[in-house]
Amino acid sequence: MIAYLGRRASHSILSVIGLLTLVFFLTRLTGDPSALYLPLDSTAEARADFARLNGLDQPIYWQFLEYLRDLLQLDFGQSLRQNRSAIEVALEAFPETLKLAVVAITLSTASAILVGSLAAARPGSVFDRIASLVSLAGASAPDFWVAIVGILVFAVGLELLPTSGTGGWAHWIMPTFVLMLRPFGLLVQVVRGTMLSALASPYIKTARAKGLSRQKIIFGHALRNSLLPVVTVAGDLATSLINGAVVVESIFGWPGIGKLMIDSIIQRDFAVVQSTILVTATAIFILNIAIDLLYAVLDPRIRY
Amino acid sequence: MTIITPDTKPAAVPGSSRVLLAYLKRDKLALAAAIFLAIVVLAAILGPWLVGDVASRLGLRQRNLAPFSLESGWIYVLGADTLGRPILARLIVGAQNTLGIAAAAVFASMLVGGTLGLIAGYSERWYSHLILRLADIVMSFPSLLLALIVLYTLGPSITNLVIVLAVTRMPIYLRTARAEVLELRERMFVSAARAMGATPARIIIRHIAPLVLPTLVTISAIDFATVILSESALSFLGLGIQPPDFTWGAMVANGRGYLATAWWIAFWPGLAIMLTTLSLNILSNWARTVADPQQRWRLQKLRKAAR
Repeated sequence: MIAYLGRRASHSILSVIGLLTLVFFLTRLTGDPSALYLPLDSTAEARADFARLNGLDQPIYWQFLEYLRDLLQLDFGQSLRQNRSAIEVALEAFPETLKLAVVAITLSTASAILVGSLAAARPGSVFDRIASLVSLAGASAPDFWVAIVGILVFAVGLELLPTSGTGGWAHWIMPTFVLMLRPFGLLVQVVRGTMLSALASPYIKTARAKGLSRQKIIFGHALRNSLLPVVTVAGDLATSLINGAVVVESIFGWPGIGKLMIDSIIQRDFAVVQSTILVTATAIFILNIAIDLLYAVLDPRIRY
Repeated sequence: MTIITPDTKPAAVPGSSRVLLAYLKRDKLALAAAIFLAIVVLAAILGPWLVGDVASRLGLRQRNLAPFSLESGWIYVLGADTLGRPILARLIVGAQNTLGIAAAAVFASMLVGGTLGLIAGYSERWYSHLILRLADIVMSFPSLLLALIVLYTLGPSITNLVIVLAVTRMPIYLRTARAEVLELRERMFVSAARAMGATPARIIIRHIAPLVLPTLVTISAIDFATVILSESALSFLGLGIQPPDFTWGAMVANGRGYLATAWWIAFWPGLAIMLTTLSLNILSNWARTVADPQQRWRLQKLRKAAR
């Protein structure tokens, strides 16, 4: 178990370092931040001062080595835009995304398990066909378009919900719904598929012969055994949920990590870009380990 | 052994395609999806030639023309954008870029990912580990964020868009190809080829690759819809395709500012994306049902009932 965790951690740390290296050099290619942060008429001297102050006058490999040294000392650099610690900025935005993502993935998993199981209980029925079509539509819908149509109908047309921003519970409805759409669509199909094969297995026949109720057979026996693939897919989806968060946050003005990322890329705030990547990658790494541990809980045959 | 002779195969192919067509007719939804996709592909090929001029013609009188009115001609049936260009014509022309970029990206990621997967699966050298680690990096990070950084650095253009989309989808082909090779390379025919002195390159290209290819092609068909969605999202965020070129995703972005006054500018292109990806998913579901012997009866039973 410990050995497994250690191996997993070392792989992930390698991945994160690789990613940070890649991003470090890529962001340095986007151009000189002094052109963006100093007034247009500032002298060459002032520009040189700005560059020296932020370590931008050094050769790029030297900047990279300094970055690595600072990283080891848990110094993640200063945000040029907000003039405070970059990791602080990233850690401030992260909970906003996390809240949204946790609510979305929980709701979509729960509803997908319910809908998928009921669809698999009566394959070919009207409910099954509607569920299949709705789930396919959910998986195929472009999230940014659904968000825009949502704003059009519920905010502009009916004036029921706010267009963007944070605040009361009404601000949560549209972002959560849009973010749920894709995971829900994909998960319903996975649940339905695994439930169909689980319901065809001999132990279900036994349960039926014992005279158990339908609910007990579906939710007690079949579902318990088809949860594993669902957890795998839900875990994968949680990573891609960040993708959805980028779009959803930028449309609904949600102050999360996705919006911060876009803003800081455009404003060449390198330290913040790197910090957001570090925070996101760490979160995904923790999530992956949590999913592996969840496997062991769900299936006693799995040991690490 | 003599049953499998080359000349029985050509005879089976027209029959099987006829059977496939029959299966397709039994499933009305799949049939509708196939017809819609055929129309979209036709639009992508012939669109610029048919309505290319109309799509870029500015019309002062048609500015923000509402949909469903035929006064200015049938091409304005879906309305017009803020410059008076007919949306239907722009949808038809935009199909080419939308499908073209996705097809190029899927093909590139299948080719490069498949090749790297074959190498990583067959060889145990240091570069195999490097390939896998690189795939891990791409996999472990949200693709859209990575694409945003790369596109902002390299500058948005069609070529860069294709490269970015291809790179973010590559690990799937890489891992699938590698997993298949790991199993295939232990088979007897590979050992036989090795014993006869075939070089690793020859074994991979002649003996292993043909067996891996069908799986990769199947994945690419399913992946196509995902790539269309990713491209639209990037173009929507403004880091994808740049004017004067446009895709459906860029059209939605253009209409975003006019939601309150002219909803149709953003609505139709989004619907086009949705219907295309939905059709692709319906068709791939149908193909899975046909290919699965345990599921095929659903379509066969329908046929008997219909008779």
